[in-house]
Amino acid sequence: MHYLVGEAMTGGYGDADILHECTIGVDEGEIAVVVGPNGAGKSTAMKAVFGMLGLRSGRVMMDGEDITALKPQERVRKGMGFVPQTNNVFPSLTVLENLEMGAFVRADDFSNTLSQVFELFPVLKEKAVQPAGELSGGQRQQVAVGRALMTQPKVLMLDEPTAGVSPIVMDELFDRIIEVARTGIAVLMVEQNAKQALHIADKGFVLVQGRNKYTDTGKALLADNDVRKAFLGG
Amino acid sequence: MDSLNALVVIANFVVVPGLAYGSQLALGALGVTMVYSVLRFSNFAHGELMSFGAMVTVLLTWWLQAQNIGLSVLPTALIALPIAMVVTVLLALATDKLVFSYYRQKRSESVTYLIVSVGVMFTIGGLIRFIIGPADRVFTDGQRFLLKARAFKKMTGLNEGLAIKTTQGVTIIVAVIVVALIFWFLNKTKTGKSMRAYSDNEDLALLSGINPERVVMITWIITGALAALAGTLYGLDKSYKPFTYLSLLLPIFASAIVGGVGNPVGAIIGGYVIAFSELFITFAYKKVATYMLPAAWAPEGLVQLLSTDYKIAVSFVILLVVLLIRPTGLFAGKTI
Repeated sequence: MHYLVGEAMTGGYGDADILHECTIGVDEGEIAVVVGPNGAGKSTAMKAVFGMLGLRSGRVMMDGEDITALKPQERVRKGMGFVPQTNNVFPSLTVLENLEMGAFVRADDFSNTLSQVFELFPVLKEKAVQPAGELSGGQRQQVAVGRALMTQPKVLMLDEPTAGVSPIVMDELFDRIIEVARTGIAVLMVEQNAKQALHIADKGFVLVQGRNKYTDTGKALLADNDVRKAFLGG
Repeated sequence: MDSLNALVVIANFVVVPGLAYGSQLALGALGVTMVYSVLRFSNFAHGELMSFGAMVTVLLTWWLQAQNIGLSVLPTALIALPIAMVVTVLLALATDKLVFSYYRQKRSESVTYLIVSVGVMFTIGGLIRFIIGPADRVFTDGQRFLLKARAFKKMTGLNEGLAIKTTQGVTIIVAVIVVALIFWFLNKTKTGKSMRAYSDNEDLALLSGINPERVVMITWIITGALAALAGTLYGLDKSYKPFTYLSLLLPIFASAIVGGVGNPVGAIIGGYVIAFSELFITFAYKKVATYMLPAAWAPEGLVQLLSTDYKIAVSFVILLVVLLIRPTGLFAGKTI
């Protein structure tokens, strides 16, 4: 049993199901990556785990508790951090204000978390008073991840964090994500760059048409000939 | 000496009235812009909300005057104003609860909201005419001038006088204080920042645990208070006539759009841009020209670009030009 798991999730938008008995999960301190071809339902599976999609069957469990009925905001309070793929910062707010908004639900002093985020993403400290909308794509992703970390989540969910950034920035972001996982946070992410993502993944879920096709460790999936041929370009 | 006299003429007839009128427009536009950025619709009922606030002030002022309660040199309306602000806030919250919240739940298009706000506008307008009637009422009292034209002439020895009405002084000072408070609130407090965050990115605000109903409520509180304030200051300065608030809607929207709708700084600047354009274009430059030009060139006519009847047209033209050339406004607001 994983720390966070969406079990046998079936559901979609409207009548047609996108997910069919799909299961994804992650444990504390681990990185789990969901990969698959376009339209495989990767982002949908992520949204289902976060409660942004109604499930017809299946359940979402976190720390042994059934959270299927909770709204996304309630899941945030339970310790889930979610970084959407697009529109994931407040563009007219400064970087610092973005991070403060991440800590909105916290009544305690969050200056420690703030300095941890600045330690993790030093560039954010430099740009603290600049509006987030003026930053580059990679920096904006760092703001987005930083904002999600401000609630001190136990699980961090990232929907294609490297979409639209250069390969160099991508490597850097992956390094940061590994560091996040090392602090004991469970990281669940959807990635378009399957090969690179599986390299850093403890666990990999290959989805095809809303179903689990292969599930294994990142290394094993990379070594698997079928997976390589079908999804990783040989 | 002549050029100084000319300057005083401009100061007396354009700069001082422009600052006062501009402050009134700025406060009105600030309310419009707040509703637009948080609730995402153009609130046509804002003019009547201002009128309602002014009406409550007028009624309270009458009562206070009857009780012989006053502020000696300052208008009695200043005591009534805070209460009028509270009453207007309650009306704003009531319209939200009774009308707008329904469309919010239905996630209506902003055009639907706009039409609905027109309905609210007529309803509040009717309510006002029912309570106080359509008549023109002057409700300012206390000392009329801060600086009298004659005293200014004596002081400086110039031919031209500069007069500052108490209501103009009060308008400008109150506007400065209130605008400073609003900006402090929006930029420094947690609640203010959460409002800006909600306006920036609604979905992410939800994910951050910001309660949308609370943001909406605070927006209406600020909007109602600003409307009562702007309406009262305008009524104090000119007079309270319910009909004028309907026509005030245009310069107020022009101010908000010129500055960049959704942008509070833009709303303030826009207010002054519109006010000064109206005054500079409809001002009769005859006196100024007489001072500045050689005697032989002195103009016979009024040297007025447009008659004051076209005051509203000026804001209309500015609005059109801005929408054509720079639809986001001077300070990059949201495109309507």
